[in-house]
Amino acid sequence: MKTLRMVIVAVGGQGNLLASKVLGEAALIEGVEVRMSEIHGMAQRGGVVESSIIFGDASSSIISDGEADILLGFEPAETLRAIGRCSANTKVITNTATLPPFTVGIGKGAYPEVDEIKRVLKEKTAGLVAIDAMALARKAGSPMSVNIVLLGALIQTGALGFSKENVKEAIKRRIKPALVEMNLNAFDLGFEAAAAAV
Amino acid sequence: MHKLLKDSPGEKIMLLGNEAIARGAVEAGVAFATTYPGTPSSEVSLNLFQMSQESDLYFEYSTNEKVSLEVAAAAANSGLRTFCMMKHVGLNVAADPLMTLAYIGVTAGMVILTADDPAMFSSQNEQDNRYYAKFGHLPMFEPSNVAEAKEMIKEAFELSETLRQPVILRTTTRINHSNAFVTFGEIKERKTKGRFERDPMRCVTVPAVARGLHVKLLERMDKAAGMAEESVFNFVTGQGVWGVVANGVSYHYALDAVKDLGIESKVKILRPGFSNPLPRKKIKDFLAGCEKVLVIEEGEPFMEEAVKAFAQEAGLVLPILGKTDALFTSLGEFHPAMVREKIAAFFGIDYTPAPKIDTSDVPEIANRPPNLCSGCSHRATFYAIKKAAEGMDVIHPSDIGCYTLGFMPPLSVGDFVVCMGGSVSSSCGFSKATDQKVVSVIGDSTFFHSGITGLVNAVFNRHNFTLVILENGITAMTGHQPHPGVDMELMGMSGYGRVNIENLVKALGVEHVSVIKPFKVKKSIETLKEAMAFDGVSVVISQEPCILWAKSIKLKKPRPFEVTDKCTDHKECINGIACPSFYIEEGRVKIDADTCVGCALCAQICPENAIRPLK
Repeated sequence: MKTLRMVIVAVGGQGNLLASKVLGEAALIEGVEVRMSEIHGMAQRGGVVESSIIFGDASSSIISDGEADILLGFEPAETLRAIGRCSANTKVITNTATLPPFTVGIGKGAYPEVDEIKRVLKEKTAGLVAIDAMALARKAGSPMSVNIVLLGALIQTGALGFSKENVKEAIKRRIKPALVEMNLNAFDLGFEAAAAAV
Repeated sequence: MHKLLKDSPGEKIMLLGNEAIARGAVEAGVAFATTYPGTPSSEVSLNLFQMSQESDLYFEYSTNEKVSLEVAAAAANSGLRTFCMMKHVGLNVAADPLMTLAYIGVTAGMVILTADDPAMFSSQNEQDNRYYAKFGHLPMFEPSNVAEAKEMIKEAFELSETLRQPVILRTTTRINHSNAFVTFGEIKERKTKGRFERDPMRCVTVPAVARGLHVKLLERMDKAAGMAEESVFNFVTGQGVWGVVANGVSYHYALDAVKDLGIESKVKILRPGFSNPLPRKKIKDFLAGCEKVLVIEEGEPFMEEAVKAFAQEAGLVLPILGKTDALFTSLGEFHPAMVREKIAAFFGIDYTPAPKIDTSDVPEIANRPPNLCSGCSHRATFYAIKKAAEGMDVIHPSDIGCYTLGFMPPLSVGDFVVCMGGSVSSSCGFSKATDQKVVSVIGDSTFFHSGITGLVNAVFNRHNFTLVILENGITAMTGHQPHPGVDMELMGMSGYGRVNIENLVKALGVEHVSVIKPFKVKKSIETLKEAMAFDGVSVVISQEPCILWAKSIKLKKPRPFEVTDKCTDHKECINGIACPSFYIEEGRVKIDADTCVGCALCAQICPENAIRPLK
């Protein structure tokens, strides 16, 4: 497979590491080589958490600025902050539900309007799919399923080329049995929302 | 069964680098493992800890890295395959036993993992621990990827056993925290009980003995040098007259770059994986066929200086460059585009990087620095310290842990942070060197690690400061590992002792010792004021479990609060404690019920009593 580089950005606690693991498992099912890199530790105390996933032939496991083919953002301001990871050819999928940093609350900085975030992302990249993954996650049964809602949206865009069935199989393998059904539902809701968003 | 214990050779599985290293140790028949946790190494030990609970593998969380290495040294000299793991700065703590254990050696395989952290994702410095291998005369392996890390640790055990010498496995964060497919190998049988054979002429390092041991150490390293020449981990890929020497993750960046630039027919890459001692002859042979050579390594010019020296020995005159202003830096970590650009520049290849997105008109976005969690007990303690010290000229030495984050406004408790345990000893210095009030903070795990000796010093030398020990019952920062003060029954484990911090501190001779529950805000402030008024060393122990830990073992159930209509917008809450559960909506302070755990700190400081449990 041609090398495909994907960056996931999230706020600590949003479950992007699990989302990465599901995609890794899906790659195994698809028969695609994959390497991933993630940041742990201090960064997880409410900071930004970033994963890099490289599918295909390259042997590196991190992604340089401007070289992501796909940017998947779990929080709109974080998606925008990561725009330097993109080129004009990058496909962007983002959650629109905001989690403003505490610095905004104490008056140390501004949080851009979500419409403005969407406008900038759309203008500078090769396409934007923006969905309210939080609302869909609640609908699926838990705010914790935001990550899987967004995977559903990602797969719908076809940017990755993985089949819906294989990713669902990966969800079954990687997520605790008690939570599988809810997450499969979350995946479908994200998938449908992305289809409607285009 | 733990996934890394499965006896299923040939199984392909996605593993984190640290899991692959743990699995490699298991496949190598490791029987004895010790650590003090530290990112980016922590998941190696966490997995071995879990596996020890369902196998005959012995594992312990030691009090600090020095203790950990000394415990391990005994096991490795009793004939057991032993693994001791730590982060890079941990090896500073363990450096004392390391340097002399190199003289003594081992009777069974021993591997010491140092997990370096270029770019300091979660560390206080980015020191390059390859120098420890050279400094101490220890063979060293450096993997370039996750799968190789598993194979290398197995080979490291073999090498250690052959040479009777501890071997260093040196990783960087991008190995520890990368995921890739790994194929399971066979698990070698563990030998879990050994015997120590007395051998004072090897094991008792009085000067007369140690002089002889130093000679033998150099002989062992000569033997290692010969083995490095033959090692499968020191290889050359490609061919051509342009040479690249690259280690660790940089090797993969170089490999990708050469392909991307279409110069495969011109470049050969030497990858030293058995990198101390470096394969002198292999490198000289490599240089002899090159017109020019680029050395690519994160951190210090460890290989570059050696390669240049080898060229001089071989009488070779050719450009060999690495760390220069125009090429590579010693700062931070490398990445694929950087390596591609530098390779192109060095070898004179036309290369235009893809155009960057213009980000000049991207709206400003508030920073999202890491923060203490919602309901974190440290926040309450820091708030009480600030209130108790109001109006004073005060210095707050702090230490290494989640609570280091307390240095940020509005809490601003944290003025001097050096290393584990440094809060206590630096308090001694500040209290003598200045007339300022000194109130320092240290976590419980860090206090056991290396705070105790500083406190003994303070008692003996009659220093004058208040030390607040943040007893949250766990090593929180690195992912909830036990320490000697932890109630192991809460972890569902028996067979452990427990050291009571209050008794310990009193036994050390501290004359003013008090205990606070930080979520009782007023009482805590009063107690802190009393402690700070004491002339001499006083200790305040702030007891409250880490909220993440308490939630994970179901010790606490979140009970969110809300801001009611009584709020008259003082913003004392948000400005005073900056809990991440606060947000502003239409100019009003709100509490996010999904993340609020109901610690009630804000409710106690609200002047209008407007913050109440959510109904």
